Amino acid sequence: MTAPRPQILLLVALLVACFGLAARLGPQFQAWPGSRNTGDILNVVLGESRRLFAKSAFAEADKYYHAGYYPTMFDDNTAFQTAHMAADTGAVKSQNQGDEQGFLGQPRNWLDAFGRNFMPNRHTHLDEGGADDLGDSEDVREILPWMKLSADLDPDNVETYTVTAYWLRQRMHNVPEAEAVLHEGLRNCPESPELFFELGRLYFEYYHDRDRSRNVWEHGVRLWLKLDPQVRLGHQPIRDLVGDWVNRPTNLVPAQQANPLCMEQLCTHLSKLEEQADHLPQAIEWLAAAKKVAVQPGSIQQWMDTLNYKLGQELNPVLKPLF
Amino acid sequence: MKNIFAVAGVVIKELYRRKDFYVLFIITVVICGVMASINIFNDAHIVRYLKAISLLLIWISSLVIAITTTARQIPAERENRTLLPLLAKPLTRVELVLGKFLGCWLACGLTLVCFYVFFGLLAVSREHHWSAGGYFEAILLHWFLLGIITAMALLGSLVFAAPSSNSTICFVVVIGIMFAGRHLDQVAVTLSEPVRILVNALYYCLPHLEFYDVRDLVIHNWPPVAFQYVGLALLYAVFYMAVFLIGACLVFRRKPVN
Repeated sequence: MTAPRPQILLLVALLVACFGLAARLGPQFQAWPGSRNTGDILNVVLGESRRLFAKSAFAEADKYYHAGYYPTMFDDNTAFQTAHMAADTGAVKSQNQGDEQGFLGQPRNWLDAFGRNFMPNRHTHLDEGGADDLGDSEDVREILPWMKLSADLDPDNVETYTVTAYWLRQRMHNVPEAEAVLHEGLRNCPESPELFFELGRLYFEYYHDRDRSRNVWEHGVRLWLKLDPQVRLGHQPIRDLVGDWVNRPTNLVPAQQANPLCMEQLCTHLSKLEEQADHLPQAIEWLAAAKKVAVQPGSIQQWMDTLNYKLGQELNPVLKPLF
Repeated sequence: MKNIFAVAGVVIKELYRRKDFYVLFIITVVICGVMASINIFNDAHIVRYLKAISLLLIWISSLVIAITTTARQIPAERENRTLLPLLAKPLTRVELVLGKFLGCWLACGLTLVCFYVFFGLLAVSREHHWSAGGYFEAILLHWFLLGIITAMALLGSLVFAAPSSNSTICFVVVIGIMFAGRHLDQVAVTLSEPVRILVNALYYCLPHLEFYDVRDLVIHNWPPVAFQYVGLALLYAVFYMAVFLIGACLVFRRKPVN
């Protein structure tokens, strides 16, 4: 019988040391905040840089929305600051200014003029017919793979969920998938009033469920008010909270200033819902809240005047016998 | 002409004996198959992302085949010491260069046909309509683009020392032109003299390969490009092929064969 070679013993010793070290460091590595071991494959491969790629995927979706007619980094992209597919949902305030039809400008020379024959050269949106003017509005489905990729890469971007859900329900008439997208968004961003607004619209417009949409929208209003750390929410009813907020002087915190449109839409939709339920005083209260953040308060005031008149007409038969 | 076709035939036979094309084709099919199997909101009609990925893989594969096949042609003949016996036959140097070019270009055409048939089947399986005119233009323009690149790589194989360096330079030049070629005049405006003149001169002298990239038109179902513009683009390609081939013949005329 021969003695084992020292190299084999050394190898075994090294393997034991490796195993012990791995067993010791493994749990610590799992608990380390910088560990990529907890996420999906994209998280493992890209880490935090995936958020950068998420923006590219979102821009690619907008390029598909334009059937490929999209500015490059060398072109004038002032008309494409806000993605058109997001602006067209009505949930995002557009910051676009330039000429979206002709961002290429006049041909610079004969090579440029000739080259324009070999690329998409006309502004179009997929929901308006697309490149051949024959496509139906369901062609907008083509943006969805990129939206899904964008959501996978950056799960904290609320806009991705709201835009995806809007097109799924509005053009694809795929309400269950739209609802699933919004619920996934709420799992990742539970404090987002925009997601609650979109979910409420879905309940209101497709399921015609007033109670659920009211609850969801009121929760959205609560979350929007909560953006101001000075507002004490407690267990106060939402209408009291909004009443207090309306009576206070306007002083929006930066987070609220960044998205007054969401509050305006939540309040106007709640007003519409209450009007349909013949709760006119509540509808007027919601309009008063909407007016405080509205871009065009005049039109909200007109709406309020109409409701006040209707309320007066309703009360007339009750009050007449008293005189 | 007979000699040119004979040399071209040998090049085509070499392509189908080598495994490059088969490997790239299988990789393309597998990747597209995997991408097609992804469930996106339970909608089986979404197709454009698949067309985009498929066309991107076809472009990459065709560039790899065109550049690597061409770059090794004459250096391999020299390395194997078969160049001298070849030229000892009734075959001029010009015929050899033209034969090699034609062989590589035709081989690229054959691979393109295979790739585009697969692409067409993939698109039709989801879209249920066939834009024959658009696809024909896409393959024709793509083939002529590969003609320019083949001629450029052939010239490079006579100028640069090794096929690897030639391939790398060709890839960098082609990708650079595809990415920024169209915008060089805009870049020139921001520069000061004399660099501005140089960049402007480069803009007008470089072959504008982006003319032949009609992927966005195919992916988004735009109508085919007007025939007269396609014809002009093909003429433009033939001009650059001629320039590079004349350059290759001039260089090869003075090149030692052993």
